[in-house]
Amino acid sequence: MRLETISQAEHGRDEQFLEQAHRSPYDFHKLSVKAAGDEKLKLAVSTATTRQWIGRQTRLKELPDADALRTLAGRIKQHTLDHLDYYLEQLRDAVTRAGGQIHFASTADDARRIILQIARDNASRICVKSKSMVSEEIELTPELERAGVEVWETDLGEFIVQVSGDKPSHIVQPIIHKDKASIARLFADYFKTDYTDDPQALTRQARVFLRDKFRRADLGITGGNFIVAETGHVCIVTNEGNGRLTTAMPKVLVSLVGMEKLVPRLEDLAVLLKLLARSSTGQSLTVYTSLFGGPRLAGEKDGPEQFHLVLLDNGRSEILASEYRETLRCIRCAACLNACPVYRKIGGHSYGSVYPGPIGALITPLFQGLGDYKDLPQASSLCGACYEACPVKIDIPRHLVNMRRDIHERRLSSPIDRMIYKTWARSLRSPLLYRWISRVQKWELRRRARRNGGWITRLPPPGGGWTDVRDMPAPAPKTFHDLWKQRRQEDQP
Amino acid sequence: MSHNVALFITCLTDQFYPRVGIAVTKILERLGCRVSFPQKQTCCGQPFYNNGLPDEAAELAKRFIQIFEPYDYVVTPSGSCCAMVREHFAHVLGDDPAWRTGLERVRSRTYEFVEFLDRVLKFDTSKLALPQPTSVTFHYTCHSRGIGLTDEAVRMLRGMGNVDFRPLEKTDQCCGFGGTFAVKYPQISGAIVEDKASCIRSTGAAVTICNDAGCTMNISGACHRHGVNTQLKHIAELIAEAMGIGYEAW
Repeated sequence: MRLETISQAEHGRDEQFLEQAHRSPYDFHKLSVKAAGDEKLKLAVSTATTRQWIGRQTRLKELPDADALRTLAGRIKQHTLDHLDYYLEQLRDAVTRAGGQIHFASTADDARRIILQIARDNASRICVKSKSMVSEEIELTPELERAGVEVWETDLGEFIVQVSGDKPSHIVQPIIHKDKASIARLFADYFKTDYTDDPQALTRQARVFLRDKFRRADLGITGGNFIVAETGHVCIVTNEGNGRLTTAMPKVLVSLVGMEKLVPRLEDLAVLLKLLARSSTGQSLTVYTSLFGGPRLAGEKDGPEQFHLVLLDNGRSEILASEYRETLRCIRCAACLNACPVYRKIGGHSYGSVYPGPIGALITPLFQGLGDYKDLPQASSLCGACYEACPVKIDIPRHLVNMRRDIHERRLSSPIDRMIYKTWARSLRSPLLYRWISRVQKWELRRRARRNGGWITRLPPPGGGWTDVRDMPAPAPKTFHDLWKQRRQEDQP
Repeated sequence: MSHNVALFITCLTDQFYPRVGIAVTKILERLGCRVSFPQKQTCCGQPFYNNGLPDEAAELAKRFIQIFEPYDYVVTPSGSCCAMVREHFAHVLGDDPAWRTGLERVRSRTYEFVEFLDRVLKFDTSKLALPQPTSVTFHYTCHSRGIGLTDEAVRMLRGMGNVDFRPLEKTDQCCGFGGTFAVKYPQISGAIVEDKASCIRSTGAAVTICNDAGCTMNISGACHRHGVNTQLKHIAELIAEAMGIGYEAW
């Protein structure tokens, strides 16, 4: 099974087919413009992300040398990726030894089929899920529901997403885009109770409802923050304890995990756990850190009778074989989302996929094809806040720039754009031409500014984008080049 | 010992803020440097690197190396252009052996203005004072991060007499410029810079220091559009004022 997965990576998948298959009416411009004009959304996202960001800064300072730890974490993940074949084999043996079953899913379709088969084999009727981005990636829930399984998200945020028919807009806080009042209205409506916006009361309603589901569930599904190759442990971190219930109560447990989540040993886990919650929610550790693997052993009071680990490829081998391998280091902490000025203004839904923010701007085009998502790597000011935030030091800005290069190389940009850039670059190789163009530009811009007290308030395309939202100062009467020449001449007797 | 410094003015400062070039030149001369201005200089190639045209950027990087290699130091008033030289030239030139030595020389000698004052000249602003008491705030431009600058500029500002320093909320949040990003995605860029302008408004500062010409154009343009009453300046202008140096003309 493993060999099959790897060899597919080497041959690469039919990109054109994939782009066709995922073709959607996704329109970044439309979504992002709408979001950037939504004051309520901007306020909610901006406030929450800024708060998380400050929390992250504070918690990281607790570490004696956070930067060195980030380097180490990056190296651990990179090493694992560089030797993934070896560690996958080690993991397979460890899981099997613990009495679990390991499944390798090449595609989303395979993963859904495998999990559906497990549900069918066990006649599963009620499934409780802890939070898993990968399950969103493969759209698992609708598939199970179609097969007659009742599925419940047990993470409070994800539960709210589920009952409101929404989509998560943040990797860690799926409902970052919602305000308290809308959740209060949702719950009053859903649970048919009196309206309250007291967070504790709302949480209690969800808890009572979900406890009953936990008691009756016969199938548990989790994601995985990490998997330990040496021991076969799956590690999940949660704040609500729902993850622990999901792994302890149902008789069949499935962990669906992206194959890049491997780390070699438990010691390595210690390094990454020190960084994950700090980078993510600004906690030293989450309330629960659960390690599990394999079915219940003789003498144990809880745990499943069956344990399945489904490892998902779904395009990861292809990324592994590309120059973007480093992006697979990601531990989904969302620090880059919280730090990103663009994410803070447009929220997660504008990214048109499960993974938003700077890391999403990279991996979404890698997973879904650059053709439909070519705005994502371009809609960035390259400010570098994401790189500074990343606990495993993924050089996101550099990869975004490389992806912009791919857009030109694969002729996904307009030929006029390419011609303008090339002509512009050529003109800059000639000092004479540079000076001449500066002069024309200065003359034209100063002419436009004359009417408005030295400010340009309207420009024709492509400069119109500038003046749509802000004014432009007029160039100085003389360039520094001219002034310098003047000084030299004045110096001469 | 007098340092032989070449000024790299950058395209935007050349055309929009040449007075910053005068201020930088005169300050460095006052501090004992010999300042040259290689007149063949144009652009470092940053727009092309950022927009995914590494070959075009490489051609400009080679020109830059040829022009600036002879000098002991290259000083520029722009953090992003400095980052282009120091970080990204290597990305576009790769392992080309013909350029390895030149690249290394230029990389190790190129400094952003504040960085040069701080690291090389060990410049101390504590004996300086502005002619008038002035409220000042500071925007931390993103490429300061790229070249490893932290609070050097703030320390210089706080050290100066007559400076009423007002910390800026979200000082290290990008202003939304990002080169062509500002024009390609105006609504996003506009929302980001509006946030910046509103943080500046809350400080009530008469002067906002911003050490990158692109960001200055963006922030000043937004402040003007939204009626935020502050004057955008490069730190060189403020230091020149404190040193009694005129910089509107030679």
